Amino acid sequence: MQVTRSSPASRAAAVIGLLIVIGLVAAPWWAGRADLRLMGEIFLYVSLATLWNLLAGYAGLVSVGQQAYVGFGGYAFFALTMLAGIPILLALPLAAVAGALVAIPVATLIFRLRGAYFAIGTWVVAEVFRLIAAQTPALGGGSGASLSADIVKTLADSRDLREAIAFWLALGVMILTVGAAFLILRSRRGLALTAIRDNELAARSLGIDIWRTKFFVYVVTAGMTSLVGGLIFLQKLRISPDAAFSANDWTAFVIFIVVIGGIGTLEGPILGTLIFFALRETMAELGTIYLIALGVVAIAVMLKAPTGLWGLIRARTGAELFPLSRRVTGLAPMSRK
Amino acid sequence: MPDPVLSLSDLDARYGDFQALYGVTAHVEPGEVVAMIGANGAGKTTLMRSIAGLIRNAPEAIRWKGQAIGRLRADQVAALGIALVPEGRLLFPSLSVEENLVIGGQLKRPGPWNLSRVYDLFPILQERRNQQSTSLSGGQQQMVAIGRALMSNPELILMDEISLGLAPVIIKQIYEALPGIVGQGMSAIIVEQDIAKALSVSARVYCLQEGRISLEGRSDSVSRDAISRAYFGM
Repeated sequence: MQVTRSSPASRAAAVIGLLIVIGLVAAPWWAGRADLRLMGEIFLYVSLATLWNLLAGYAGLVSVGQQAYVGFGGYAFFALTMLAGIPILLALPLAAVAGALVAIPVATLIFRLRGAYFAIGTWVVAEVFRLIAAQTPALGGGSGASLSADIVKTLADSRDLREAIAFWLALGVMILTVGAAFLILRSRRGLALTAIRDNELAARSLGIDIWRTKFFVYVVTAGMTSLVGGLIFLQKLRISPDAAFSANDWTAFVIFIVVIGGIGTLEGPILGTLIFFALRETMAELGTIYLIALGVVAIAVMLKAPTGLWGLIRARTGAELFPLSRRVTGLAPMSRK
Repeated sequence: MPDPVLSLSDLDARYGDFQALYGVTAHVEPGEVVAMIGANGAGKTTLMRSIAGLIRNAPEAIRWKGQAIGRLRADQVAALGIALVPEGRLLFPSLSVEENLVIGGQLKRPGPWNLSRVYDLFPILQERRNQQSTSLSGGQQQMVAIGRALMSNPELILMDEISLGLAPVIIKQIYEALPGIVGQGMSAIIVEQDIAKALSVSARVYCLQEGRISLEGRSDSVSRDAISRAYFGM
């Protein structure tokens, strides 16, 4: 008898996943500029959804204010490149570090709130961040700022190469976030997180420091969300308070993705992002009807498959692409004592 | 008489405005098994949760080896060597049997208990170790809950209604494992509805009635009459 976390499905997924990654790395040679941009956007949404899922689906921290860190990361990235003259590729990780540092006092404050009050608190924080950005003349105040052509050209001279680099960065950040989430969940801390989610009282009485475990997840998530934010506005080349701290774009859509994909699974946010973009690309021209359709899909999924579409697939087939739970293989018919 | 490991003095515990315990004074000696009996709603679970740090109290009301711990958080209390087997077991349904046990050991307190010792105590858990904890029978789940608490190598184990909802034959099995647990100097407080069972496994007994200690005595000499008076207040 052998105990393993992997299964034929997860091993196949690892091989196929690797092939897909190789294919994607080569995308600038086979895909057009519009397709590259779309894929880059998809990667960044997979990252945001994975991070929100880590926060809400695993640590039980239902934040509706993650746009605070997307916007903060974007603004930090603009400030570092425009005002401090730091090279783009260094400014991105610095924006992540700055986001994590800012998250420390924010967490100390909002962790005093529970449940719905916590959710409201996160939103208030995001609004405060937005107002601060709008009041900062050095970063364009309410009307925002554009990344100057000089700075953009330091990334690469040709436009095609710049687009390719932005694409690779987005791909890299997606692999980084999904990989980090996977490693966190496989670690001892991940076990503690799952235990907290299952039963907080029992977890506390076993010596798990709930506050510290959640704090760790919140700060790491904030840092990585800031990194994604920096990258989003590197692609857009323009930032404004309303775009940077948009609750719709960076939180509502992300929650939609995680809920329909499957909260509390690593596969869910990826599946959810693909569905979200499929809907968007086919229906976006319909305007308001598109948003209504998103709402209808969300309600239908919540009623018919509360564990999301991945939850449905997993219940039917037992498939698990990211080997997180342990399973037994080669089990001979067991003799009972 | 050796110094008690745990002493409660004048412990008042409340949930918000509701006071559940009034001036509870009690103690546990090293290696001693103490039974806590009382009717439903008498405050037994509140008392267990107070000791475990799940309810905050006045610091001086609970002392562990002389240190005032009434105000510590549950995780700090657990780190000192007090483990709770909570009422209703409260296993982690997303985790396997073995992961439930492993998480109990994450404090890494030194001591005799580890996975293989727990499997020696409850061999069925080794057979079931990769199953989801909630797929087990009630008795096996209770074994996981006890094993999970033991994994932290506690010096005092609090067992809150470990026989609740189990068949008599399973209860017997679980209590037969008790000497193997407390044999090496671990102290225990056992909350139990079955008074005969409680008296047979403990050295001393306390009875709670409406939040107050109504009886204290040696388990082998306390009379049935005294117990029913203390239990029902008649």
